[in-house]
Amino acid sequence: MAGVGALALTGCVGDMDPQAGEDVDCAAYEQYGTFEGEEVSIYATILDVEADRLNESWADFEACTGIDIAYEGSSEFETQINVRAQGGNAPDLAFFPQPGLLASMVEQGHLLPAPEEVEANVDEYWSEDWKGYGTVDGEFYAAPLMANIKGYVWYQPSFFTDNGYEVPATLDEMDDLTAQIASDGFMPWCVGFGSGEATGWPGTDWVEDYVLRLHGPEVYDQWINHEIPFDDPQIVEALGRVGDLIKNDEYVNGGWGDVSTITGTDFGDAGMPVLDGECAMHHQASFYAGFWPEETEIAEDGDVYAFITPGVDEGANAVTGGGELVGAFNESEAITAVQTFLSSSEWANLRVSLGGVISANNGVDPANAESSGQLLVDAIGTLQDPETTFRFDGSDLMPGAVGAGTFWKAMVDWISGEDSEKVLGEVESSWN
Amino acid sequence: MSHTTETRGRVSRRQRLELKSGRVKSTLTTRLASAAALVIAVLWTIPTFGLFVSSFREPDLIETTGWWTIFEHPGFTLGNYQEVLLSGSSSAPQLGEYFINSLFIAIPATLFPLVLASMAAYAFAWIKFKGSSTLFVLVFALQIVPLQLALIPLLQLTVTFLHPLMGGISDVLPFVPDQQYLPVWIAHTIFALPLAIFLLHNFIAEIPSDVIEAARVDGAGHGQIFLKIVLPLAMPAIASVAIFQFLWVWNDLLVALVFSSGTAETAPLTQRLAELAGSRGQNWARLTAGAFVSLIVPLIVFFSLQRYFVRGLLAGSAKG
Amino acid sequence: MTSLDLLGKILQFATGLLVFAAVVAVIMVVLDRTGRGEKRNTLQLVLFLGPALALLAIGLIYPAIRTSFMAFTDRAGEFNGMDNFVWMFTQEEALITLWNTVLWVIFVPTVSTAIGLIYAVFIDKSRGEKFYKMLVFMPMAISFVGAGIIWRFMYAYRSENYEQYGLINQLIVTFGGEPQQILQNTPWNTFALIVVMIWIQTGFAMTVLSASIKGVPAEQHEAAMLDGASPWQRFVNVTIPGIRSSLVVVITTITIATLKIFDIVRTMTAGNFETSVVANEMYTQAFRSGEPGRGAALALILFVMVTPIVVYNVRVLIKQKEIR
Repeated sequence: MAGVGALALTGCVGDMDPQAGEDVDCAAYEQYGTFEGEEVSIYATILDVEADRLNESWADFEACTGIDIAYEGSSEFETQINVRAQGGNAPDLAFFPQPGLLASMVEQGHLLPAPEEVEANVDEYWSEDWKGYGTVDGEFYAAPLMANIKGYVWYQPSFFTDNGYEVPATLDEMDDLTAQIASDGFMPWCVGFGSGEATGWPGTDWVEDYVLRLHGPEVYDQWINHEIPFDDPQIVEALGRVGDLIKNDEYVNGGWGDVSTITGTDFGDAGMPVLDGECAMHHQASFYAGFWPEETEIAEDGDVYAFITPGVDEGANAVTGGGELVGAFNESEAITAVQTFLSSSEWANLRVSLGGVISANNGVDPANAESSGQLLVDAIGTLQDPETTFRFDGSDLMPGAVGAGTFWKAMVDWISGEDSEKVLGEVESSWN
Repeated sequence: MSHTTETRGRVSRRQRLELKSGRVKSTLTTRLASAAALVIAVLWTIPTFGLFVSSFREPDLIETTGWWTIFEHPGFTLGNYQEVLLSGSSSAPQLGEYFINSLFIAIPATLFPLVLASMAAYAFAWIKFKGSSTLFVLVFALQIVPLQLALIPLLQLTVTFLHPLMGGISDVLPFVPDQQYLPVWIAHTIFALPLAIFLLHNFIAEIPSDVIEAARVDGAGHGQIFLKIVLPLAMPAIASVAIFQFLWVWNDLLVALVFSSGTAETAPLTQRLAELAGSRGQNWARLTAGAFVSLIVPLIVFFSLQRYFVRGLLAGSAKG
Repeated sequence: MTSLDLLGKILQFATGLLVFAAVVAVIMVVLDRTGRGEKRNTLQLVLFLGPALALLAIGLIYPAIRTSFMAFTDRAGEFNGMDNFVWMFTQEEALITLWNTVLWVIFVPTVSTAIGLIYAVFIDKSRGEKFYKMLVFMPMAISFVGAGIIWRFMYAYRSENYEQYGLINQLIVTFGGEPQQILQNTPWNTFALIVVMIWIQTGFAMTVLSASIKGVPAEQHEAAMLDGASPWQRFVNVTIPGIRSSLVVVITTITIATLKIFDIVRTMTAGNFETSVVANEMYTQAFRSGEPGRGAALALILFVMVTPIVVYNVRVLIKQKEIR
């Protein structure tokens, strides 16, 4: 009975064979060797359209090497990778969005050190910092894959020009601009900390941005490595500065209500009032480009654009960001070939030209991102600029119990009215 | 009790009801009862109805205006359904394949635990043995073991014992992939047993003992009694439990995430729908349509098993 | 998908069912061909109970034992005595979490069983009974992802200057009140979550109790009617005693399901604003924070909380056996 129904269903499914790469110039892929029908499984957080682009980016590689890459994406990756690794059913490769998670997998003895070819690629194309994110206890495990820059401030260019506002060049200017917008009768900021079970994380991004900009990379590193207490006065100061902007009913929450609406507003929806001029600015990472309605033009003279949260002094050049790291659970020549390919500049250029993402790979030609707009071209430039101080999202580097636990909760309590010192103290006491 | 007297009883009861309906109090009760039932039905339906209306609205309207304003903000669209049913992305073919997986997972994963649980429930109810109560309490208490804590040990066993078996099958029959439904079936069967045994035991134990004794005197063994007497009598209970188990499996995501391959080879619909929201949940409006797409089958099952409920457990026979 | 893939799937499906049917058939044949006496009883028992017990031992008993040991270990798997329990009861929110769990266990089973029972009685033998049943059953059939979105449209909050898109706040505003942040204002937010669980579980109570009500012999009702009992008296004196054991089963089942519930809390409030429950903390510790020991300790607390229910059911069971 069910079988008959199933047969009827194939009618609408159609006989779909995976597309074979036709007319591919395989010269570029010869170095990876040929494997007949070997399968390499990859597990990651990337879904839907972005997953399609991943599959597209390695289609030629598959056709030329004969390796079949079985990609699986899941929104439950962070928990499921633990279950699978402990259950002995780990994928061949996984894209870890958090270095902290990668490190805990290494500690539990699940991951294998990266092959030499991969390490050679990383030495050639990535900075020491980026190599460090994939390194645990001096041993190199995982090459970076893609990247995103956090701490953008999204705004509507026409709203700024109509009212004579300038993009701020320093943090003080950003405070002044906020006050100016409010006194003109507009709402300067819209903020949303809501994110289902991860509610609170957008708040951690604010804090990390301010710690890095106010106190520099050394303090930032001490803080995320727990060499200074989590509630060190410098951190309290940074959180206070954030609070000046977004814990003030005069300044938030444009399009939503007052400060108390921040936790209940989904981070994805939170910035939308920018389009209607109901709020002037929204602080969110480069990936927020994908959240605007489809017909939105992201350009300096378009519907929305973004500037990077400025530093204390003009021209300061420190950004926070994130990315994925490619870790291997199993060993085989085919797996090594895939890892090597993914860490090459060829792959990075291929993927960037398909649109929507950036990479910190120095071999990427920023022009390849032009299809995605100027913002991403500039973002790649920022990542490749040797003058840029880049720091990985702090909560992703901390142990899970803090970075994906008490820190999130602290941000929720803080925005709900608790004071900075108290909530940071609670995180400190949870970090043993 | 013979069939004819039963009908006669029913007819005469209806007549008596009509006689009584002349009494104001009784009419009032039925009216009140109907009104109360209607209120409950409406309250229980409104939330789902809201989702249903929302599933036909534009994503940007869903989040800014109430669904009850659909006439003020016209924007009827089939876009959400289109995205769900026909998202022609290469990494995820259309839903058809996942739909088949869901069916092929849910049907065995409903049948297996039900059969095993009714056998066990029969043994607890009608086979006398030492420690029967203790063992039953143990099985009952297993309901509280949180699923999440059982996943990893079971997955380890699966990898050790089942994966080589599945690999072997795949080698012999090349068109059967080495990722198969078997681990998902077994996992669901195990997790369903404590509750199913507990529910069915309650019904099977209530069968009047004289019915069972009479069969024993006639020389029937446990096998015959179970098949010919207990199963038919316990049908309403079995149908109820079957519905809940089917729903549980059909809507399950956790077990599927751990025990299925995660690819179109064995992954069920829920896994595919969960991915529709996008990496960062930016397309969650699609889920409004997805929820209804996956609701169709459970409703069909509910309707088709309903007729078993209507037959009373033991219409007419005296309770033991 | 190619036709060959489909063939592979159908083959798996059919083979699975056939193999299972064959095993059960063999068991049934063996059952009735065994010799007489003591040996026979033992063999029959093994054949009836064996398959289920074997699976339970592998899939649930072994993990339960493992969990019990794990509750006394730290992150690295070293024995750490009672540390996890000390941590549990010294957290600021520990008592709130426990108290919330108690609230859930008090309200969900009672309210959903009561409404399910009333509804089942009221629509019994009425016209359109099937349709009525389907309406209340629907929440059970909706996937959890769907339920999360449904209640988002019920509880959503926008400040008073904006158009509401949450139905409840729209009603509040229509009647001249101020919109409320339903999921953030303690203590009402916990009740807002409890309502969702009641909404889901009522369908279960209704379905089981409805089947049970139909099992109450008609003669008993007729006899009561001849004695001139009112509908209410008949409900109390005939229906309730007739379905007592089903009521116990329904309340027990819903209670255990309620103790284990975590996804409602996790997706709607993430346990913030003093809404967390024990099962949610367990999930968070074991799967997000990488603290399996703490997660296991919380699971043990759940075991302890379910003990009174087990004890009560045991007493009912013993009574039943005495009657027989």
